[in-house]
Amino acid sequence: MSILVNKDSKVVIQGVTGSEGQFHGQQMLNYGTNIVAGVTPGKGGQKTLNESVPVFNSVEEAVSLTGANTSIIFVPPPFAADAIIEASFAGINVVVCITEGVPIHDMVKVKKIVDQRETRLIGPNCPGIITVDECKLGIMPSFICKKGNIGVISKSGTLTYEAIDQLVNVGLGQTTAIGIGGDPIIGTTMKDCLELFENDPETNGIVIIGEIGGQMEIEAARWAKTNMTKPVVGFIAGQTAPPGRRMGHAGAIVSGGDDTAEAKMRILDECGINVAESVADIGELMKKKMITKG
Amino acid sequence: MKVHEYQGKKIFSDYGMPVQNGYVFEKLENAELIIKRVQKDFKTKDVVVKAQIHAGGRGKGGGVKYSPDFDSALENAKNIFNMNLVTHQTGQKGQQVKKVFVTEAYDIAKEFYAAITLDRSKGMDVFMVSTEGGVEIEKVAEETPEKITKIWIDPMLGMKTFQARKLAFALGLSGDAFKSALKILMQMYKCYQSTDATIVEVNPLILTDDEKIIVLDSKMNFDDNALFRHKDIAEMRDLDEEDPMEVEAGKFHLNYIKLDGNVGCMVNGAGLAMATMDIIKLAGGEPANFLDVGGTASAETVKNGFRIILSDENVKAILINIFGGIVRCDRVANGVVQAVKELGLDVPVVVRLEGTNAEEARKILSESGVSIIPAVGMKDAAKKVVKVALS
Repeated sequence: MSILVNKDSKVVIQGVTGSEGQFHGQQMLNYGTNIVAGVTPGKGGQKTLNESVPVFNSVEEAVSLTGANTSIIFVPPPFAADAIIEASFAGINVVVCITEGVPIHDMVKVKKIVDQRETRLIGPNCPGIITVDECKLGIMPSFICKKGNIGVISKSGTLTYEAIDQLVNVGLGQTTAIGIGGDPIIGTTMKDCLELFENDPETNGIVIIGEIGGQMEIEAARWAKTNMTKPVVGFIAGQTAPPGRRMGHAGAIVSGGDDTAEAKMRILDECGINVAESVADIGELMKKKMITKG
Repeated sequence: MKVHEYQGKKIFSDYGMPVQNGYVFEKLENAELIIKRVQKDFKTKDVVVKAQIHAGGRGKGGGVKYSPDFDSALENAKNIFNMNLVTHQTGQKGQQVKKVFVTEAYDIAKEFYAAITLDRSKGMDVFMVSTEGGVEIEKVAEETPEKITKIWIDPMLGMKTFQARKLAFALGLSGDAFKSALKILMQMYKCYQSTDATIVEVNPLILTDDEKIIVLDSKMNFDDNALFRHKDIAEMRDLDEEDPMEVEAGKFHLNYIKLDGNVGCMVNGAGLAMATMDIIKLAGGEPANFLDVGGTASAETVKNGFRIILSDENVKAILINIFGGIVRCDRVANGVVQAVKELGLDVPVVVRLEGTNAEEARKILSESGVSIIPAVGMKDAAKKVVKVALS
């Protein structure tokens, strides 16, 4: 088991003929991801990725002719919202949107639509999701991952890699690692992922990596306090970030109240999550928790 | 992206909202002319002279002056123009006033507050109003939260009239003032939606002695990611209000924010960049900047990153922390070597490279002959860079 994606996921790549779609499409194929289709409007009928993947004009066509049930989106920001909605309307269950820079007003509407239609959206502005040795749906360096029993949830791409690397160094592999994205509005929240990992029999412990801005970490922690039986280790980036400045991610901005790193760390701790004060301690802390748990 | 009060008011007027009008001067020799034009065009003797900077709290800082006649207006204009305005939002160093807005004056009966922004946790826009206008809304929220009325807007429906009515009633309005406020609130939402704003704030929205509702101030922030569809708004960007180094960095697609410490850092990814700053602090140092070189760091990006970090004289040491995913460490290493050779670094550089092609990268660095301190893991890297920065 794992969460959201596995070896049976049938993947369609939206924006497959663009440079990102081509590069990462090939990487995903190499990892063993079951890519059944690509979509680029106007290029239907071609074959791509070394002639191994058929290209369609629409997601609807791709779904009806290949049975695709999972999509990954590499289209430019002005068209990303439309691509997500297209996937949802075509009946795709899990949509991963890698695109960075999707306008917030677009995402507010998209979020409402995917929630109503019960489409699972991951991202946008995220590194994607990987179920180790089964399905890579994203842009992460998969060679750092190792199969195991830890779930990883992170707002940030490279911090996800850092955490995975540390876990592997202390001998802990992963079930699924998921980058949920650093934008103010994202499809799948930290709490959603915790819930999925709690219900996954193969996952025994979870690492959550948050940052300044928003309330997502706090919502996840409060949920965990009453619902989680598995150990959770947390880290919050941005302890030194000045208020009012957007730190790279559109969502990473301290606007007063509970969204500082300090406040989040305190609340996570109060909710029984073990908080790593230093980013370098994430792996060790998880290891300690796993040993204590037996 | 932020805009000035006068620019926000221009946008508001385009959406049919009644604003306190005026003209801007950017050179002191035009002050007289502008004051006289405002007096003539708006048939008023008294005017308000308002400093235009992006930070709030201008009035308290002495940047907004009521002027009963021409002489006092000119005096105020001379004082405000070029002044270093310090407010609770500018920090101690303040912001130089390079534009001054001269406006008509109103007799104020009541001051209200109105604002729209995104409520991230609900995934909906929230429209809030308060009878306590003209003061810091944070204070109102803390001390008398019952005086703030909020409605949440369904993104698929937009704001409905009954919601606007609820807000206008909460302001205690009736008659023509109520009708006028209703229209203004609806237009304000339309403006927020149509311009891809992230904040639209009017503080204060006033009721005049003769029962008119007027927008007296404007604050608008826009979604940078949506500026591609708002060329007119993108053109309103005022580079004088931004840190020149940050503007320079932006040209090379580097995300740079200057801070006050002495340990420069260059990192790929926003989250890792923040975590790097944090661990520098934990190791006893102070980060000099946030710098995310992004997902496509090349030798050229690294070189520009170095140049920008080094233009900050406080920097005593640099930490490069790259976790290669799409970014290839060997390319970064080549960039580091090239930059060191070309720029002739006189501060120590600690390098930590992990991920894609990290092995090759370490080899490139060790064989290059440039003096670089290699580090393994973030803790080691932070410890080393802080040590050399302090020595």
